Amino acid sequence: MSVVASVRAEDFDTAAELAALEAMGGGGVASFTGIVRGGDGLVSLHLDHYPAMTQAQVERICADAMARWSLLGIRIVHRTGTLLPGDRIVFVGTASAHRTAALESCAFLIDWLKSHAPFWKKERFKDGRETWVEAKAEDDAKAAEWG
Amino acid sequence: MATLEILYFAWVRDGIGKDGERIESPLPETTVEGLIDSLVARGGGYAEALGDRKRLRAALDQRFVPLHTSIGSAKELALFPPVTGG
Repeated sequence: MSVVASVRAEDFDTAAELAALEAMGGGGVASFTGIVRGGDGLVSLHLDHYPAMTQAQVERICADAMARWSLLGIRIVHRTGTLLPGDRIVFVGTASAHRTAALESCAFLIDWLKSHAPFWKKERFKDGRETWVEAKAEDDAKAAEWG
Repeated sequence: MATLEILYFAWVRDGIGKDGERIESPLPETTVEGLIDSLVARGGGYAEALGDRKRLRAALDQRFVPLHTSIGSAKELALFPPVTGG
């Protein structure tokens, strides 16, 4: 079992992340890549986080996934700082002997990251407005569905 | 003197105007919301940022806790809005 969780400002190489998962000897790899969505005059997105807690919380979420599914490995990268439309924000990848465990655990991990990891997004717009993104009730509901 | 480090994030930090502060540790039975009440009583940015309890979340020593949790012997309290990562 291999869990690699990284919280950092630097970008990540999606192909390299997938290659690491593919090399774990399983029969299936699933992944999710989150991208900064443009539109509505968005200029940039700033990701604030609670450094002392973020890494620990991401590791707890991974341990939870490992306990629920038979996995060979998990790789998570969550970026912080200022990002532009089209930039990658987050990568979640899982490797397993079979596809169901890989696909389900990947969906579980991104749902839990959204509602249980201490990150906050602030949007900056062309007209100079800056607003903190409001949490969505549907994100909490999605995470709660996993029990 | 035992102290409690309080950290603020996102719009809570913007409203209060600082990242955090160190205070003298409250009595162990003090709850997070009891402490929030005492901060709101300072007025100004505190009252504005911490006034609406429904929009606040908390962590004690880097673990999420409900606002009615006692602070006990915790060393660090963080106050912030619901998270929006991913």
